[in-house]
Amino acid sequence: MGDSNKIVLRGRKVVGGVAEGEALVTKDRISGWGGIDPRTGTVIETRHELRGKSFAGKVLVFPGAKGSSGWSSQFHVARLAGAAPLAMVFNEMTTKIALGAVVTHAPSVTDLDRDPLEVIATGDWVKVDGDRGIVEVTKKG
Amino acid sequence: MKLTAQEQAMLDGRDGPARQKAMDLLVRYGEALGAGRLVDTNNVCGTVGASTPFLRDYGARHGMDAVFSEFSLDSAEVVEIPKVSVHASHLQQGLDPDHAELQGIPPEVVKVYRQGEAYTMKLGVQPLNTCAPYTVGNVPKMGEHCAWMESSAVIYINAVLGARTNAEGRESAGAAMLTGKIPYWGYHLDENRLGTHLLELDVDVRSTAEWGLLGYYVGEMVQECVPVLAGVREAPDLARLKHFGAAAASSGGVEMYHLAGFTPEAPTVQAAFGNRKPIESLKVGKAELRKAYEQVNSTAKDPDVDYIMLGCPHYTLGQIEEACRLLQGRRVHGNTSLWIFTPRATKQLADRKGYTKIITDAGAHLMSDTCSALGRVLPKGTKVAAVDSAKQAHYLPAIMGVQCWFGTTADCINAAVTGKWSSELG
Repeated sequence: MGDSNKIVLRGRKVVGGVAEGEALVTKDRISGWGGIDPRTGTVIETRHELRGKSFAGKVLVFPGAKGSSGWSSQFHVARLAGAAPLAMVFNEMTTKIALGAVVTHAPSVTDLDRDPLEVIATGDWVKVDGDRGIVEVTKKG
Repeated sequence: MKLTAQEQAMLDGRDGPARQKAMDLLVRYGEALGAGRLVDTNNVCGTVGASTPFLRDYGARHGMDAVFSEFSLDSAEVVEIPKVSVHASHLQQGLDPDHAELQGIPPEVVKVYRQGEAYTMKLGVQPLNTCAPYTVGNVPKMGEHCAWMESSAVIYINAVLGARTNAEGRESAGAAMLTGKIPYWGYHLDENRLGTHLLELDVDVRSTAEWGLLGYYVGEMVQECVPVLAGVREAPDLARLKHFGAAAASSGGVEMYHLAGFTPEAPTVQAAFGNRKPIESLKVGKAELRKAYEQVNSTAKDPDVDYIMLGCPHYTLGQIEEACRLLQGRRVHGNTSLWIFTPRATKQLADRKGYTKIITDAGAHLMSDTCSALGRVLPKGTKVAAVDSAKQAHYLPAIMGVQCWFGTTADCINAAVTGKWSSELG
């Protein structure tokens, strides 16, 4: 098929590298410590819309980080446990997410020219080129 | 990111491999943030030990230099870690070695913990072992550039003391300990400390628990922005500010706030906004606090309480005194446990003052160094917990899979004595 259902977003590198996979999208900010189980990549926060779902091996698309300063160390442990996201796409820059993305070693992009939460849906195929700050979205179906 | 000659030399390896790795991480982190440069810091609070379950196993298998290399410097290559360069304090740990048996921690784990603590002290890190270092001697001054972890402490020193820190993580704090540097970004800069949202209070907020509820509501509403509260009628004390900030940093990501007329960068509402207009103005009344109360209590159903936990963030001496006043002459119910957490330094004062005896005579325990959510330590068989901290009520059910009630300190002590939950807030 052609590129007719492909959408390209342009932003800024947070962490370099290229990865692609299925998107997991949430409009809720994510807590690290106390918000995820790093051994499985599962969101555990009580009132979170992704509660019970795992981001392991997914392209995680979310507004940003919140909560404890244990954010980076939880995603760090998730990487070592093989349960980290493949890549991250997010809107709000904070120290938690910057450091978290860096130690997760996952290609990550922010400051995109369109809101990724509007453009990308869970299940879409997403390629994140961290070095060029480009996110390519192939809509599902 | 621009580096000074000294920073570039560290990055080039002049000061050895550990500082080279530390600078490499700070550069990757600073560039991810979009920071223009680094800033000097001589006050770092972080976590270096290997006291949580995953790290304990890692430390037992690979040694403590490997733990520091991987988890504090993001380096898979194990480098020898030298003494820290700057004033560094250790935050809370994963267990209380003096109450290990009660916390269900086997002796071999205590041994690993002790090795970790010895390693940490050898590096020159002060073993404050608390989430509230500002209550036990590490009180940053106005304008001081810090690199602190622990969201409840970050928000306290920014808002209440006027110090300057972002919520650092384990890795950036570790790198800062070795280099005395941290990205100059976020709350280190004047303009980012100004208010964004105006919250006008139309309700009396009195108890520590109510300040926690207010913080929980505010965090939910403003997320990672900088709220300015107007209409505060009575000056909140240290404990109330501690619980307010901890809650706002749990439901949201608040790292800085202003209480107009009370906190140092907010002599007036206008000053708090730096003459900018608020992005949004909100009213906070009884209904809003009620909503927060219901959210904080959303996991609790069963009125038979097994476990009451106080001391999130770690109790001050004043809070211990209050608990003792409520507890004196009473006994903890046979079906419940009451654990109170405080910094080790405060515990020593409580021992001397006789508070510890009042607590133990009542069948409760005064513990230090950790808490139930961080250390995953609960009395055996706990299904229903109760707390006076909105932060702990937010995290404990998610981490430990228990129900959790939230109420005032008096509610909690009553539940400990009767085994039944009822709240003066409900």
